[in-house]
Amino acid sequence: MKKFQLDLAVEDNCMVGPGVTLLTLRSEDGLPDMVAGQFAEILVPSAKVLLRRPISIHFIDKERNTIGFLIQIVGDGTAALAALRAGDSVNVLLPLGNGFSYRSTHVARPLLIGGGVGVAPLLFLGQELAGNGIIPTFLFGGRNGELILRKEEFMKYGNLFMTTEDGSAGERGFVTDHSLLLDSESFDRVYACGPTPMLKAVGHWAREHDTACEVSLEHRMACGIGACLCCVEDTADSGNVCVCKEGPVFNIDRLKWFH
Amino acid sequence: MVSLSTKIGSLELKNPVMTASGTFGYGTEYSDFMDISRLGAIIVKGTTLNPRQGNPYPRMVETPSGMLNAVGLQNKGVDHFVDHIYPEVRKIRTSIIVNVSGSCIDDYVQTASIINTLDDIPAIELNISCPNVKQGGMAFGVNPDSAAQVVGAVRKVYDKTLIVKLSPNVTDITEIARAVEGAGADSISLINTLLGMAIDAGKRKPILSTITGGLSGPAVKPIALRMVWQTAKAVKIPVIGLGGICSATDAIEFLLAGASAVQIGTANFIDPSISGKVIDGIGEYLACHGFSSVRDIIGILDTD
Repeated sequence: MKKFQLDLAVEDNCMVGPGVTLLTLRSEDGLPDMVAGQFAEILVPSAKVLLRRPISIHFIDKERNTIGFLIQIVGDGTAALAALRAGDSVNVLLPLGNGFSYRSTHVARPLLIGGGVGVAPLLFLGQELAGNGIIPTFLFGGRNGELILRKEEFMKYGNLFMTTEDGSAGERGFVTDHSLLLDSESFDRVYACGPTPMLKAVGHWAREHDTACEVSLEHRMACGIGACLCCVEDTADSGNVCVCKEGPVFNIDRLKWFH
Repeated sequence: MVSLSTKIGSLELKNPVMTASGTFGYGTEYSDFMDISRLGAIIVKGTTLNPRQGNPYPRMVETPSGMLNAVGLQNKGVDHFVDHIYPEVRKIRTSIIVNVSGSCIDDYVQTASIINTLDDIPAIELNISCPNVKQGGMAFGVNPDSAAQVVGAVRKVYDKTLIVKLSPNVTDITEIARAVEGAGADSISLINTLLGMAIDAGKRKPILSTITGGLSGPAVKPIALRMVWQTAKAVKIPVIGLGGICSATDAIEFLLAGASAVQIGTANFIDPSISGKVIDGIGEYLACHGFSSVRDIIGILDTD
């Protein structure tokens, strides 16, 4: 897939949860084709920060030529991105990485599991699946209900279930405790993004129930295009591979988590 | 029209801008973002005799105006390069230079002699300065005797342009540079990364899996510039300057300090089309200041 270096205009940037901003960028000339699960490397407009920040594509609006990013403020780089205002220009590299396999793999009953800001790529994935007539099931977890982001938006594309550690929304517990998972026959493929312990728990469940599972990883990244070899993950078939190029989405069978 | 061509030993470059090993993959990673054949040369990822898995993750951390890396020479070995990568990179219409590393002298010699047989690789860059491997690498480059030994051994089997990449982690860079020149190097490139470290205070742990790593980026530029200036005065062979170059102005500073060519490294990660902009900017500087050739500004720094 051809990659582009584009200057995009900030259309909107607003807080959508505690310490989480939704950055919407617009292209005057249209946006290239992108796969859900791919990401962009966004140049940070701050002298405090050198490297770009890799951010998942949260949604694409093909009619309005806009692309959205859900950004959790964790340091100087993300704080500078959260400070962008409408009319500012941002340089981005996109689309990067592989994305989820829905365009090449048959799926009928997908379960999309997300934790925290890891729900970001699942909206774009939900849009894509719904566009193909497949209604996704979303299962999101958080410490409390307030930390489960953009609920109404997700409900436009599928059914949303939740777990919270304090029981303030959905069922109490972790995503893998949810009653949805009691009947593993309900789903033929799991797509997950979120904290690594959650992904490992989800992967473990998927293996036990013989359900295909893809997880999107987040590693410390520099180039984003497979040149610097910094963001590697150890795989069963090829040893260390770049998360930015061969990932960020991996079928759990490739990972060494369960070997 | 100004001339941008420069010479490294017997190797003619169409311009003085190369991309540094380990920051530009095998070139093709960048071809969506720029015309990579415009480059003076591409120095491909460090290649070793045998495949190397590199160091465990995490291998990278951003630091003020720079980054630390501890990749550890991950590559599939020289045979893989010859069979799978060379047939592709030889099609790129610029000079492709292979960075060669090893754990012992014999590794360097065997790898260099295999690369010597490849018609479309006009030069190697001998990496005696990698700080991220336990054996070899920087150990050779921090002592003039061992540096001369490995360069001398490779010189016997390698008959094209031999560039030696030096480590800045030394007390006197000129001593190493002269030793390498005496052992038969055609050119010296510097600097490789500076040994550094980063700590996560909350976890009370180092951030890199290897504890220490190599610092690069704008943070190291003043050190690189000083070392290039010292080295260019100390040796007769051409010097290639690198370390934190992010703009044409940065590159010109290295040329003025005595570098015959420059390499862009970390800046490729920030702007994948930066090297083309540096080439253009050098041309504009020459035209603006009334120089007809880039060769006219090499080492003309006025220190009086």
